[in-house]
Amino acid sequence: MIELDGLTKRYGEKPAVDGLTCTVRPGIVTGFLGPNGAGKSTTMRMILGLDHPTAGEVRIDGRRYDQLTDPLTYVGALLDAKAMHGGRSAYNHLLCLAQSNGIPRARVGEVLETVGLMAVARQKAKGFSYGMSQRLGIAAALLGDPRILMFDEPVNGLDPEGIHWIRNLMKSLAAQGRTVFVSSHLMSEMAQTADHLVVIGQGRLLADTSMAEFVRRHARSYVRIRSPQRERLLDALHEAGITVTEAADGALEAEGGKAEQVGELAAGHGIVLHELSPRQASLEEAFMRLTAGSVEYHAQSEAAPPDRGSDRRGRTA
Amino acid sequence: MTGAQAARTLRSEWTKIRSVSSTGWTLSVAAVVTIGIGMLISALTRNEYDSMPIQERLALDPTFVSFAGMTLGQLAMIVFGVLVVTSEYSTGMIRVSLAAVPRRGTFLFGKTAVAGALALVVGMVTSFATFFLGQAMLGPYRAGLGDPGVLRAVVGGGLYLTLIAVFSMGVATMLRSPLLSLGILMPFFFLISNILAAVESTTKVARFLPDQAGSRIMQAMPRADDVPYGPWGGLGIMTLWVIAALAGGYALLRHRDAQ
Repeated sequence: MIELDGLTKRYGEKPAVDGLTCTVRPGIVTGFLGPNGAGKSTTMRMILGLDHPTAGEVRIDGRRYDQLTDPLTYVGALLDAKAMHGGRSAYNHLLCLAQSNGIPRARVGEVLETVGLMAVARQKAKGFSYGMSQRLGIAAALLGDPRILMFDEPVNGLDPEGIHWIRNLMKSLAAQGRTVFVSSHLMSEMAQTADHLVVIGQGRLLADTSMAEFVRRHARSYVRIRSPQRERLLDALHEAGITVTEAADGALEAEGGKAEQVGELAAGHGIVLHELSPRQASLEEAFMRLTAGSVEYHAQSEAAPPDRGSDRRGRTA
Repeated sequence: MTGAQAARTLRSEWTKIRSVSSTGWTLSVAAVVTIGIGMLISALTRNEYDSMPIQERLALDPTFVSFAGMTLGQLAMIVFGVLVVTSEYSTGMIRVSLAAVPRRGTFLFGKTAVAGALALVVGMVTSFATFFLGQAMLGPYRAGLGDPGVLRAVVGGGLYLTLIAVFSMGVATMLRSPLLSLGILMPFFFLISNILAAVESTTKVARFLPDQAGSRIMQAMPRADDVPYGPWGGLGIMTLWVIAALAGGYALLRHRDAQ
């Protein structure tokens, strides 16, 4: 379990993370969602004790990260796949991490097997593709068989097969009762893997909710209707107790109604329809509405260069 | 810092240092350059001996002559010390390393202890090899290990190279950037320190610079000058510089975000 309590990080005046309070629970995949520069990576670095919070604190199973004995056996993290010495072999990279936390040498071979890098274990990491580095980073995260796993944008730069593999890995880790905390700037990605969502924008908590609840609240389904006999149709829908909103182009949107029901209703009243289509607002739209006020760099604005508070690794949506 | 944690960090740092190629080439360049130049200068001294003025012949310190390569060889030791530390930062490995060893004092201790011990072994081997090969080149003018002050000077040469490497680690921990660290340390030890020592108005201050003070121990026959410290006193001054550099490195490492 990871507990954030009023976690704040300021660079100068500008807050990168602003009073973040939430709990990441075991047994499920918790998605950490926010636009680029929202403070996701900064938060994760603070969880690992790499960056010092300006205020607030993080507790891992009740303790501060630097109070953990052999922290890799509590928390395994992949923050940046390329964060390793390119001149060192995959095997030695994992071996030095294992030795620092008293993890048996045999475990290095096991995790290399798990991520499918056994064949290149003795090769220098600088020759690795991004996907291979990503797998090596995941091997490092799994090394201490930790109860908590944290991945920062793990699917970035991966091919479809790699994405599929990571999603299944995260789900199976959660199914084993582990805490899995994974960041992304893509709602669609979270919808595939996460059971719970923590959404932030400009360092502030915007939502802390189960995925099912988020879908129920935000993914509204409706029926889009166009008719030349608009007034009669409105009356008929109103009589049937169906809530209607008007779309910008003059079409009607019947909330929660079924297309069949609306069609039969219109036929019963002899109303001509020009369009009748069931629609679903996407989660991506819901996410964009939620974070609209907090997006730091709008596409149309002359964006200032991202400062230390944002994801600085050239990630683009 | 418990004993078990320290031992684990030492083992981990040893794996790190032996698994990158820069360790091998920096340390071998340090040894080859020091020994090679020492032998060359020793051979030249033997050839020139007969044409040297009498005062110079009397003041000839065969041990110190064979250490003539230290000035250049120490630069490779500086590169070794700088790369051991800055490769963590330039590769981003520091974030992985500090997630594994979050207590920053333990991390810095492990790294400098392992790299320092390796520098000590290479430094001692280099110093003794330089001495014996240099004396062989000096032929009839050679000194023996049993002569007064000689063993102290040869052991001191090994300690000097070690302290230069550890000093560089401390400075590199403060600066983090390999280019900045090398750009300051290399010209300082190769040029600036010597210039300061040679210029009359700064010479008294320059005596307290780490390399000027530390290299005093490599003279088997202490010179008749007004330097206010002896061989071990000089090495002590150099050690204080090393402690200051490490303390500065620790203070910054402890309070800075890891990047």
